[in-house]
Amino acid sequence: MALLELVDLHVYYGNIHALKGVSLHVEAGEIVALLGANGAGKSTTLKTVSGLLRPRSGSVRLEGEDLTRTPPHRIVERGVVQVPEGRRVFGQLTVLENLEMGAFTRTDPQGVREDLERVFSLFPRLKERAGQVAGTLSGGEQQMLAIGRALMARPRALLMDEPSMGLAPLLVEQIFDAIQEINRQGTTILLVEQNAYMALQVAHRGYVLQTGEVVLSGPAEQLRENPEVKRAYLGG
Amino acid sequence: MWRVGLVFGAVASFVSLAGLVEALHGRWVVDGVLSTGQVLLLAIPMASGWTAARRSSGSLAARVGAGLVAGATVGLCVGLLVWLRSQVDLRGMFVNASPALFQLLSGGRPPQAAWPAAVAAGGVMGLVGAAGACAPARVTRPLLVGASAALSLALFQELVLLVLQPESLAPVRDWLFVAGGGPTAQGMAAVLTLSAALAALRHASRGRAGRLALPPRAQRMAWSVVGVLLLAALPVAGGPFLAQVLVIVGLYTLMGLGLNLEVGLAGLLDLGFVAFFAIGAYTVGLLTSVGEHGIAHWSFWAAVPVAVLVSLIAGVILGIPVLGIRGDYLAIATLGFGEIVRLLVLSDALRPWLGGSQGVLAIPKPVLAGFEFSGPQHLYYLTVVASAVVAYVAWRLQDSRLGRAWMAIREDEDVAEALGINLVSVKLLAYGLGAAFAGVGGAIFAVMVGSVFPHSFQLLISIQVLALIIVGGMGSIPGVMVGSAVLIGLPELLREFGEFRFLVYGAVLVAMMLLRPEGLLPAAAQRRELRAVEEEPVELARAAVGAATEGGG
Repeated sequence: MALLELVDLHVYYGNIHALKGVSLHVEAGEIVALLGANGAGKSTTLKTVSGLLRPRSGSVRLEGEDLTRTPPHRIVERGVVQVPEGRRVFGQLTVLENLEMGAFTRTDPQGVREDLERVFSLFPRLKERAGQVAGTLSGGEQQMLAIGRALMARPRALLMDEPSMGLAPLLVEQIFDAIQEINRQGTTILLVEQNAYMALQVAHRGYVLQTGEVVLSGPAEQLRENPEVKRAYLGG
Repeated sequence: MWRVGLVFGAVASFVSLAGLVEALHGRWVVDGVLSTGQVLLLAIPMASGWTAARRSSGSLAARVGAGLVAGATVGLCVGLLVWLRSQVDLRGMFVNASPALFQLLSGGRPPQAAWPAAVAAGGVMGLVGAAGACAPARVTRPLLVGASAALSLALFQELVLLVLQPESLAPVRDWLFVAGGGPTAQGMAAVLTLSAALAALRHASRGRAGRLALPPRAQRMAWSVVGVLLLAALPVAGGPFLAQVLVIVGLYTLMGLGLNLEVGLAGLLDLGFVAFFAIGAYTVGLLTSVGEHGIAHWSFWAAVPVAVLVSLIAGVILGIPVLGIRGDYLAIATLGFGEIVRLLVLSDALRPWLGGSQGVLAIPKPVLAGFEFSGPQHLYYLTVVASAVVAYVAWRLQDSRLGRAWMAIREDEDVAEALGINLVSVKLLAYGLGAAFAGVGGAIFAVMVGSVFPHSFQLLISIQVLALIIVGGMGSIPGVMVGSAVLIGLPELLREFGEFRFLVYGAVLVAMMLLRPEGLLPAAAQRRELRAVEEEPVELARAAVGAATEGGG
């Protein structure tokens, strides 16, 4: 059974039909990339999974259990956590406080300490800056913090929305290295990216969305070779 | 620099024409020699000189020169005002442009001769201000403290006289004050030197290792004991008037602590907060009144928990419809809620139950084991205990899981939700608990006045509570207390100048936002946001991280 399964999702913003029957699945241990142009419905899909948006029809299932009527905070408790687009760290709080906020739903202090250590070993920069106010971090550090904060909830499935957005190429590499490391440590990842090249480097499988519909899907290496994808997203 | 002078000159003309100078002229700093009005007039060119010297970045001479010019410009403005008044009838426009005022402004000279004197005086004061800006802090600080102490004594002389009323204190009184008049020169000089000396001593010993033999913990204990004793002694020493003022400060503190949960911690702007105060007051009124609208004749103690509960429920009821709105829209919606509650209690439709504009009368004073809390001096203790309890609850809430959740939704509601915070319950708890705190205040207010009327619950109260939180420092509990002492206590003590209350109020708010936007006693997060990052928190967090990782490994 798939860890996450989206079945025929229809989502509307008012009258705008944003998702027109999106179906996809993410198996445990996978990195799945969701590609597509601006406005294709990538972020909408993630928001629907994490419960911030409600589908008009269709369902989101976590290990076969329907999440469609579950409020967002319960979905987090169930282990599906989102790294929001544009980082959005708590600018006035320190790095450490931000990470603690990520563990808000946790009730096991011992486990939280372990995860804090894990985040710090994944992103040593964050440990150096633990007492610094998050608003004063660089863009790359803020992205690390946003990822670290989500990891503090000890997610089974991590939903990442444009983690490379607005970052320098070197930092993009670092972030994607971290994504692979997180995945190796056992977290399933659903990744939304405009940077299709990088996304298909780390992902196992991918889906291509176009105006609210899945138009293409398959293993990452296959998508990399697909002429359509090459032309539209890989610049070649 | 002359521009700085013009701004301060405009301020000088304004406070003169508004009547503040003349009103303050009635209060001596030194009997027969110097009035607080004159001090205000002299302080303006001084501040002008200080500002100009601070702003100019040149040699010492250039800065002093800037101060001189800025001060003299203020003098020139005042001189022009005097001259203008000799040419046209200002009184037609400014009621307070009285002969007495201009007697004071011109120093008794004819209008043509007034301006050189004014320019000279302004220039001298500008120089003094510039000197203050250039001199090191160890010189200026004690002088500033001394001057503030002397000025406070002058402003609050009636209160001090009240304290010195007992015959046993007569020698002190006669030494400090001219019989039936203002302070004596010797008394003022003594106060000034003494406080300046104390400030100098303190400044000198700062930074020296182990300035007091006590460890920090014991020091804190000692200060708390002093604080408690002071709180207990204040109304006894200060009499019913001071006690009354302190009760009002306490009531605003209670409301402030409640609104602080909503605005300061959770970031939910609420402009209708007085509604909960009203609901607390009306609940106690209805439950305890022995008059026509009383429904239960309960004791105060039985009614308070109900009042708190009713306020809490009202808070949740307000919260439900406004769950989905944010920022400015939330402010407007809550504003409406405050008005709805006031209009409901005022309405004729509900008059049979709530008394309409007549209100609920004959609310008995609380009685505890045969002791009746009758006057303000008794109610003061009730207020202090209630404030202490509420402050403790607020303090515990702040560092709780719930407090963290509030802070998260203040910072970013969407992310908070994505991190697993239940927005609905967390927001409703903020509204409910905030309202409950205000309900406690309302309950005490009802028994203090002995009756409740709709017009006691104006929008202005909501605004004042919000203002005191901002002035004290958003999200900071001590800040709430300081804010309500400054914004509510001081104007009450200076009732004499009541008509200028909002003039000063507005000026203080504007000045605060310009000079110290984080408030008088800010919470850590606000300080961080509005000031450069300091080193200290980094160290603290390092320690915390160290502890965390050691514990984990």
